[in-house]
Amino acid sequence: MTAVTAETQEANEAYEAAFDAAVAADERIEPRDWMPEAYRATLVRQIAQHAHSEIIGMQPEANWITRAPSLRRKAILMAKVQDEAGHGLYLYSAAETLGTGRDELLDKLHTGRQKYSSIFNYPTLTWADVGAIGWLVDGAAITNQVPLCRCSYGPYARAMVRICKEESFHQRQGYESLLALSRGTPEQHAMAQDAVNRWWWPSLMMFGPPDDESAHSAQSMAWKIKRHSNDELRQRFVDICVPQAETLGLTLPDPDLRWNEERGHYDFGPIDWTEFWEVLKGNGPCNEQRITQRRRAHEEGAWVREAAAAYAAKHGEATA
Amino acid sequence: MTSTVNAAALALGDDALVLSHRLGEWAGHAPVLEEEVALANIALDLLGQARVLLSMVGDEDELAYLREERAFRNVQLVEQPNGDFAHTIARQLYFSTYQRLLYGRLAATGDGDFAGLAAKAVKEVAYHQDHAEQWTLRLGDGTAESHERMRRACAALWRFTGELFQPVEGLDVDWRELEADWLASVTAVLERATITVPDGPRTGAWSAGAGRQGLHTESFGRMLAEMQHLHRSHPGATW
Amino acid sequence: MTSSDWPLWEVFVRSRRGLSHTHAGSLHAPDAQMALRNARDLYTRRNEGVSIWVVPSVAVTASSPDERDPFFESAADKPYRHPTFYEIPEGVQHL
Repeated sequence: MTAVTAETQEANEAYEAAFDAAVAADERIEPRDWMPEAYRATLVRQIAQHAHSEIIGMQPEANWITRAPSLRRKAILMAKVQDEAGHGLYLYSAAETLGTGRDELLDKLHTGRQKYSSIFNYPTLTWADVGAIGWLVDGAAITNQVPLCRCSYGPYARAMVRICKEESFHQRQGYESLLALSRGTPEQHAMAQDAVNRWWWPSLMMFGPPDDESAHSAQSMAWKIKRHSNDELRQRFVDICVPQAETLGLTLPDPDLRWNEERGHYDFGPIDWTEFWEVLKGNGPCNEQRITQRRRAHEEGAWVREAAAAYAAKHGEATA
Repeated sequence: MTSTVNAAALALGDDALVLSHRLGEWAGHAPVLEEEVALANIALDLLGQARVLLSMVGDEDELAYLREERAFRNVQLVEQPNGDFAHTIARQLYFSTYQRLLYGRLAATGDGDFAGLAAKAVKEVAYHQDHAEQWTLRLGDGTAESHERMRRACAALWRFTGELFQPVEGLDVDWRELEADWLASVTAVLERATITVPDGPRTGAWSAGAGRQGLHTESFGRMLAEMQHLHRSHPGATW
Repeated sequence: MTSSDWPLWEVFVRSRRGLSHTHAGSLHAPDAQMALRNARDLYTRRNEGVSIWVVPSVAVTASSPDERDPFFESAADKPYRHPTFYEIPEGVQHL
């Protein structure tokens, strides 16, 4: 017994060394490679949370599909919400390569055991919110996601390449839509400003807690799942947004926002982390509503999924 | 554009616009994620068709957002609420079969006002029909529950299918032949799906007419109220 | 399989005629016909394909990463299989 254990341990150490070497050499880890259990668990948690965010994120925008104010905007919005479903599917597939099926992940979402991005617990109250989500929320997401295209786990990195490519239109359409509102009637301009006022701070929170309070950051950086720290990405996002807001003719709701010559960055005011943690805990304006709708769609769809499976079984086409 | 061409473009355009809107209501509610993507594809194809057709008549947004309910010329079938997934699929099967047969004929005319649009659209709607057919088979011949739901949906929407073959002014089509082809095609799918072909009447009993005359069902008014509200709240605004 | 647990399929897309099918990703579907359609909707929304293959994921037999060395290493030390191995006098053409 002891001999076997020693042998296994030796083998594991060899595997671990090979894994560490691959990560250090910026090689990709692929599904069937040996990987530390904690690496696998971290990836499943992160990819699942990302996938959940895509599909929960459909809701606030889908809220405006039936009220889109022009047919052009309606087509754009439908295509965007559709992309989000598609991106959820790419990501669930990536998680599945780690041995965790979509059904299991959805179940964890539906029972609150896995999270999605807190930003989607805010309501879309006017049409301008759709534009603000495109510009700020998708903008923040892209800032977060572009480095993930180089993530050490191959399937996740490849899904992100596809997603980033497809999402480039999401942010632009939002910006264009806000620009049209800002340059439109006084009522439209006010609508756009109001939306930016409400979405700015939650967008900054999307990068996660400050580096010194971030639970998983250090290990994820070491594994090259994550490439930049939360604060680094947040700063990058602020620097990008300030001039964009100027072109829009809209202001960002932060009196402390100003260029810092010395740092070469914009300084910005303190973020209300109490709100962040409260929304994360479930006390945001829409937490209950979002998860209820998701659960209902899943439950009401059960008979459809069962029917297709039964048909396949009857006609001998099912595999598995 | 002659007025009969306008009338035909409005009828076909409103069909596509309204059904696209209904399918858009599914976003975030579909029974499985793959269907989110599929239903949105169909909705986007239809919206694309609607925009081409309405633009033949005038400004697409004025037509979509500023007409009153009585001015819409879509058939009542497409405005029917989504109901459960079986209702949505039955509605799509009935309508896409009609659209495929109609656009096939319009494309074949080669030089008619609608030939170009129809040639492109017929490929899109062939896929819509296929999607509806695949699901009709699976729901009809799936579980006892899905069979019952599909049967009920097919029966409930049956009385809206006669209107599809009311001649549309401006379209040079043999409507009786179209109807016979439609019936044959739908019957074949339903039989394969083990669904008895409904035997009720295929038109309503109201002599005033139906959707093509601008007479709609009650839920259509609420659909339009939702669709038009924002646009109408900001007269003259651009988006 | 549980009643609503659809199997997983691997999707291969030919992006245009003349190219091979390449792996695009995977998806769930109750059967092959629906897998093809789901693949069309999911992986060719932006005109990425002219042909699709779907294969049940369970039907894929893969080489094991443990066997990477015995499988592939012996090919690495045979440079004479590559044209760059050979030296040809300058000026010789069409070779």
